[in-house]
This record gives sequence, C-alpha cells and structure tokens, in this order.
Amino acid sequence: MRLGLVIDLDVCVGCHACAIACKEWNASGTIGPLSDYQPYGAEPSGVWFNRIRHYEMDEYPNNKTVNFPMSCMHCEDADCVTVCPTGASYKRAEDGIVLIDQDKCMGCNYCSWACPYGARELDRSSGTMKKCTLCVDRIYDQELPVEERQPSCVLTCPAHARMFGDFDDPDSAVSRTVRERGGFPLMPELNYNPTNTYLPPRRKPVIPVETQPKGGLKESIKQFANKLVRR
Amino acid sequence: MHPAFSVIFFTVASGAGFGLFSLLFIADTFKLGGGFTPAQLVIGGLVAMSLIVFGLLSSTFHLANPKNAWRAFSRFRTSWLSREGVFAVVFMPLALVYLASIWFEAPQWLRETFGFLSAVLAWITVFSTGMIYACLKTIRQWNTPLVPANYLALGYASGSLLLLLGAVVAGLDTLPFIAMSALIVSIAAVLKAIYYFWIRSPGLTPTINTATGLTRAKVKLLDTGHTHGTFLTQEFGFQIARQKAGLLKVVVFGLGFALPGLMLVWVFNAQGGQAAAVVAACAGIAGAAVERWLFFAEARHVVNLYHGAQRC
Repeated sequence: MRLGLVIDLDVCVGCHACAIACKEWNASGTIGPLSDYQPYGAEPSGVWFNRIRHYEMDEYPNNKTVNFPMSCMHCEDADCVTVCPTGASYKRAEDGIVLIDQDKCMGCNYCSWACPYGARELDRSSGTMKKCTLCVDRIYDQELPVEERQPSCVLTCPAHARMFGDFDDPDSAVSRTVRERGGFPLMPELNYNPTNTYLPPRRKPVIPVETQPKGGLKESIKQFANKLVRR
Repeated sequence: MHPAFSVIFFTVASGAGFGLFSLLFIADTFKLGGGFTPAQLVIGGLVAMSLIVFGLLSSTFHLANPKNAWRAFSRFRTSWLSREGVFAVVFMPLALVYLASIWFEAPQWLRETFGFLSAVLAWITVFSTGMIYACLKTIRQWNTPLVPANYLALGYASGSLLLLLGAVVAGLDTLPFIAMSALIVSIAAVLKAIYYFWIRSPGLTPTINTATGLTRAKVKLLDTGHTHGTFLTQEFGFQIARQKAGLLKVVVFGLGFALPGLMLVWVFNAQGGQAAAVVAACAGIAGAAVERWLFFAEARHVVNLYHGAQRC
C-alpha cells in the first residue's frame, strides 16, 4: 500500500478548513499537542501540519488565483528519513506513511533541512519535530464508520478538493483520478518521488475584455432616455 | 539558512582540532624541525582533543531535545550526522592510545599505528562533517563536492597554523612548519575561491514553477497563508544582502588566508616571532568562523519557493 492524498487545485477555494480540521484532530492525536506561541498576542505562530498558500498564475486577463494546500508528501524516497541520526524519523513499510517517533527525536532540525516541501515543523515546547501523520490514528480506527476512516482534512473539505487513497492500487479512486486529470508531483526534479499528487487548474476560456461595440443611434437615444427618467 | 552559532563554533573548533591532531602525527613521524619532545606532543594532542570535545559539546546546544542526543549514534548506515558522531567518538580512544604510547615510550610500531589510525579517522570525521551539508539536495549552495573539500582544507589550514604556533613556542626550526602552513592555507584559499565562483551562477535548480507544478505560465505568490513567521520562515528565511556577502568574502580572504600568509613571511624572516604566529593562528581561525557563518547565510533552501522566491 502507498497511502497519500490527491489535491485538486481546480476546486480548492482556499478556505483553510483542512488546516483547521488537521490542527483540531492532531492537537489531541498521537503526535499532539501542536503548540501555539502567542496565539492571542502580537505575533501569533505555531505548529501546523497543513499550510495553504495562495498563488497567482499568469498575467491579466489570463490570470488565475490558485489556492495551494501543502502537507507531508509521504515521499517514496524520503531523505528526511535517511538523514535522521536517531532513527526517530521512519517510513512504514506497510502503507508508506512517514512518521516521527516523539520519544526518539532529539530536535536537531536536520530532517527539516532535507525536506523540500516544508512539511516538518519543530515544536519548540516539546523540542521535537512534528509532521502530518496522514491521521494514522484515524484511518485504521475500527470504532469509526468506514466512510469516516479518512484523514481529517479530506473529510472536512467543503469543496471536495482532497482525496485519500492507495496509489499502489491502479483501480483506486485516487489512481484513476490522477490518470484522467493529469495529476503531477511537486518538484519532481529532486527525485523524492512524493506520493501526494496535485491536479492542475483547468484551462478556462479567456473572457473578452474589449469594450462593448456601440449599438447605433437607437441605442444612444435609449441610454440618454434612461439617464433622464428617474426610477 | 539561519546561522546557528553553536554549529559554527562546533565545525570551526572540531575542524581545527582534527587538523591539528593529524598534522601533529605527521610532524612526529618525520621529526619536522628537529622534532617535538614527548611532553610537547602530548600537550599539543590534548589541545587538539579539547578543541574537538568542546566543539562536540557545543553542537548539542542547538538541539531542542538534547536528552535524546545519545541516540544520534544509531543510524550509522544512512545518516552522515550519525556517521560523524560515531567517527568522532571512535577517534577519541585511538588518539588517547597514540598520546599514551608517546608518553610511556611504547614501541615505535604501536605509536605509528595508532597515530596513523587516528589521523585517518580525523580526516574521515571532518569529511563527514562536510557531507552532512553536501548530501542535502534541497540546498544548491551545499550540494557540491566542494563543501567537504572546503571543510577539510579549512580545518587543516587552522590546524597547521596552530601547529606552527606550537613549533615557534617550542623553539623548533620553523621552516618545515611554515612550508606546510603555506601549502595548506593556499590550497584552502583556492578551493574557497572555486566554491564562491561556483555558487555565483544560478545552476539548474527548482523554480517557483516546478515547486507548484504550474509550469504553463509565470507564477507569483499572493499570500503565504500565515499571520506571523513560522518555523519554516525562522529556520530557512534568513537572507543576506549581496553587498554584505561580498564584503564578508573579502574578510574571509583577508583574515583567513592573506593575513596568515603575511604572518608566515614574518615568522620566516624572524626565525621565531611568537606574536606573528599567534596573529596567524587567531586570524586563520577567525577567518574560518566568518567563512562558516557565510556558508550558512548564503545557503538558500528550496522551501523559500513557497515563501515568495522565484528560484533558489
């Protein structure tokens, strides 16, 4: 199994609900708490596993805003795991989830240097590195109804921009969607082979922006009359 | 990259210590300048080892959770950071046996064997320190074989200047030590110059387009999505102005290479001149520290592509 997420950049509305749901679930999950520093102060900051950035593609009138959620990509060739000197960082053989053993981490930050996606964040309160667990404490929970055995971010997304599934299975929903929609990984040139895949924004037709052609004498009189008559 | 002072102190001090120890072994084997006495050799060796130990201890100050530091020896097979720790720890008993065999006048083969082994391990350890940085694909300025080469050259340059100081204080013939320092310092200067030339060109690096996968048009960041800084901006956001970096490169070459070189001439002319040797050693080490700070400050992590950089 190779579990991961598909994120549809065409539908994501950038509401940050996935990040909030992630924080809410994981703050009390196996890796929690996710410390906040000055949450109500002048410089609020803290640990998040999921961050949404907003980009603009191309120039007016072809421009488009792209909302860009990012979390751990659960890479096949995860350098964050190989560089870890303590063995705290590991990748599960059975499902490919990359996790950090909080009891072994010494907080050297080296794994965060090796991660190109900024998926790992140091919790300054516990002194350990933390990251997306793909809600490992949720997706296998037999107590939950089957349809709820998914990461929090996927369940909460109001736009259905996120999908969770097994990329090793060619017939899974994620594999089929990636095939049909031309999904792509981020920074493939670094050869980390990220599992998470992004679906491209659609190519929308350009809305013409030239001024409307004049309607002739009749139209001019109508507009003049409209200006005079008070409604 | 944010330059952490504990890591700068660690790499400079342990580099100089390992350099000094291996060169001390060479000076002992070939009886350079008439040869140090056993007591002088042991003092020199202990100075080198304390530089290494203080360096290693200071490196634990940048850990957020140092109580787990002992676990860092466990992933020898994949992690250069782990390897560096293991090699440094294996070096210690070998070096102690070498110093003991000098002190207790053990048979020559024992002294030479352990001296050679500890010199080789010193070399491997400094190489591993360089590889900690050079193996990261995320930072173009580090992902080059020039990085371990620079770490070795600068460590041995600092070590050779310390050894020259030792030779001057011990009243030996300084000529072989001057020749050794001149050679190593000039190699270090040339390697550093190649490195600075190399990182100047943009190279084939990820861009904001490959980082977002939006390769069909120009892409720019509108909003980072966080209110204030995050761990990522604090750790990787550090930026140095081009002008300041240029000035510091002049300082690296002036302080780290030119001034020690000038002092070598002074020591040569005076056949002694303790003050000049002290200045050479201090300048060399200070130059290496500035070089190390700049090494971190100039590194641009690809995660900056998600915080507004167009390329790294």
